[in-house]
Amino acid sequence: MDWFPLLNSLRIAGISTSIIFFAGLAAAYYIAKTPPAVKGLLDVALTLPLVLPPTVIGYLLLRLLGPNRFFGAWFLDVFGTRLTMTWWSAVFATAVVIFPLMYRTARGAFEAFDETLAYSGQSMGLSDTYIFWRIRMPCCRPGILAGTVLAFARALGEYGATSMVAGYIPGTTATVSTTVYQLWRTNDDALAFRWVMINLAISFVVLLAVNLIEKNGTTTGGRIAKNRRGS
Amino acid sequence: MSLFVDIEKKLGSFRLKAELTASDETLALLGASGCGKSMTLKCIAGIEKPDRGKIVVDGVTLYDSERDINLSPQERRAGLIFQNYALFPNMTVLENIRAGARRGKDPAAREKSIAGIIDSFGLAGLAGHYPAMLSGGQQQRVALARILVSQPRILLLDEPFSALDSHLRFRMEEELRQVIRRFGKTVILVSHNRKEVFRLSDRIAIMNNGQVEAIGPRHAVFEDPRTRTGALLTGCKNISRIRKVNDHRIEALDWGIELAVEKKVTDESFAGIRTHEIQASGEENKFRCTVVKEVENPFSCTVLLRPEGKDPAEPIGWELDKTTWNRIRAEYIEVSLPPGSVMLLKG
Repeated sequence: MDWFPLLNSLRIAGISTSIIFFAGLAAAYYIAKTPPAVKGLLDVALTLPLVLPPTVIGYLLLRLLGPNRFFGAWFLDVFGTRLTMTWWSAVFATAVVIFPLMYRTARGAFEAFDETLAYSGQSMGLSDTYIFWRIRMPCCRPGILAGTVLAFARALGEYGATSMVAGYIPGTTATVSTTVYQLWRTNDDALAFRWVMINLAISFVVLLAVNLIEKNGTTTGGRIAKNRRGS
Repeated sequence: MSLFVDIEKKLGSFRLKAELTASDETLALLGASGCGKSMTLKCIAGIEKPDRGKIVVDGVTLYDSERDINLSPQERRAGLIFQNYALFPNMTVLENIRAGARRGKDPAAREKSIAGIIDSFGLAGLAGHYPAMLSGGQQQRVALARILVSQPRILLLDEPFSALDSHLRFRMEEELRQVIRRFGKTVILVSHNRKEVFRLSDRIAIMNNGQVEAIGPRHAVFEDPRTRTGALLTGCKNISRIRKVNDHRIEALDWGIELAVEKKVTDESFAGIRTHEIQASGEENKFRCTVVKEVENPFSCTVLLRPEGKDPAEPIGWELDKTTWNRIRAEYIEVSLPPGSVMLLKG
């Protein structure tokens, strides 16, 4: 059995999750600080990919990145490479699709953070960077971790936008999800079933991981919550 | 002068206009919730930005709208302690204190001051504990240790005892008194608890609706609060509207009686008398009253009195010890409101 689709899915999901981890955190952190009117609008814009059909995201990405389109043509001209139909093209697609998952969960975690912790840190001279990485992030860790794992799982299973932007080229752009579709289409039921089982196993493990994180989260969160109740 | 504050800030319909000065002493901001006392602390600490004004601590200008100075909270070195103590829940007691000491540049001196503060606050046994495992009193001790090790110019305490059970308060109050003495610099204490404020501070500022209504030594503020809010905040329960009769005589409109007063009446519109200042014997301001109600407190009695024949009038509260009341108890009773005890108050 050719394991390429699994490896390809894993690297695409890994790369897009790493990018979106930081992008989602940054967006969540800075949006929390913007004035309410701007906040509402930006929030809608950043959450949009969550509700849009992946095919619509694929279409919009193709309009931007396609070799005959503005940005894609410029990139081809300058770097001599197309932005579509390569294995890493799928990173664009999955990144856009999973961004809201990361952004939303991180924002929820940040909003639940007790700002007095940051204020008292500032007043005792701790830098804002220290406060962010050593206080805010650890306190919000369960939520952020759960968001990251969910985003990774969603990236692994992404089909619609990926198939439009990266297509299905065996050994090049094939992912688990596009392979299942291709095998079903060509009546290779036995192999399709195998990939379906693999997919089920991965999703099962991921969701188990999320549950474990959340359970751990409630114990640390419980510790934090208890601390607040004591106040 | 260690602290100079003259700031203004508008928040919706609320206007804060705080003018304060303090030397190396404990100044209490006493006021009801929402009066702007916590906001004043936050402005000094740099968490909130006033609209205009000036804040100077120990000769260092922290904020000056005219000269466009606005130091960051980190540069201000204003040791602010929140009512929930805001200990970092992900760090142990030792790590919390270490975080407070990060301002120190020399590692050896830093470790020494950490060890010293842990020792003096008796935290050695708790060093490895997380905040959630600590009692309220222990949390407060850690918060104080953590802020003192950061070498603040001034201490800002926001309702330091509100998170504690009442039996703990008294003990922690004593500990805080020692901390304040050792600190030796300006301490601003925000509270709505008059007893706590009286016991801990040198001077008291009465705040109402964003303004400092009165400021003075603690005894003076309690003896003559000067305003109606001040009287209420210092625990005066009997307050009546008044009309001036002559320079030393007023008519208490809510009680339906005329009173002689020691102080010269000017433009005051209220008068008050504390429940325990009313006397069973005495010659001046003597009234025969109906006992409207008796309320038994743990260690005293509060008797509500109404001057005889003044039926629609507000009752006057009189607090006295139980044995005395049981001795003189009657349906009608004669009491005196000593002219020296009647406080004249502005509206």
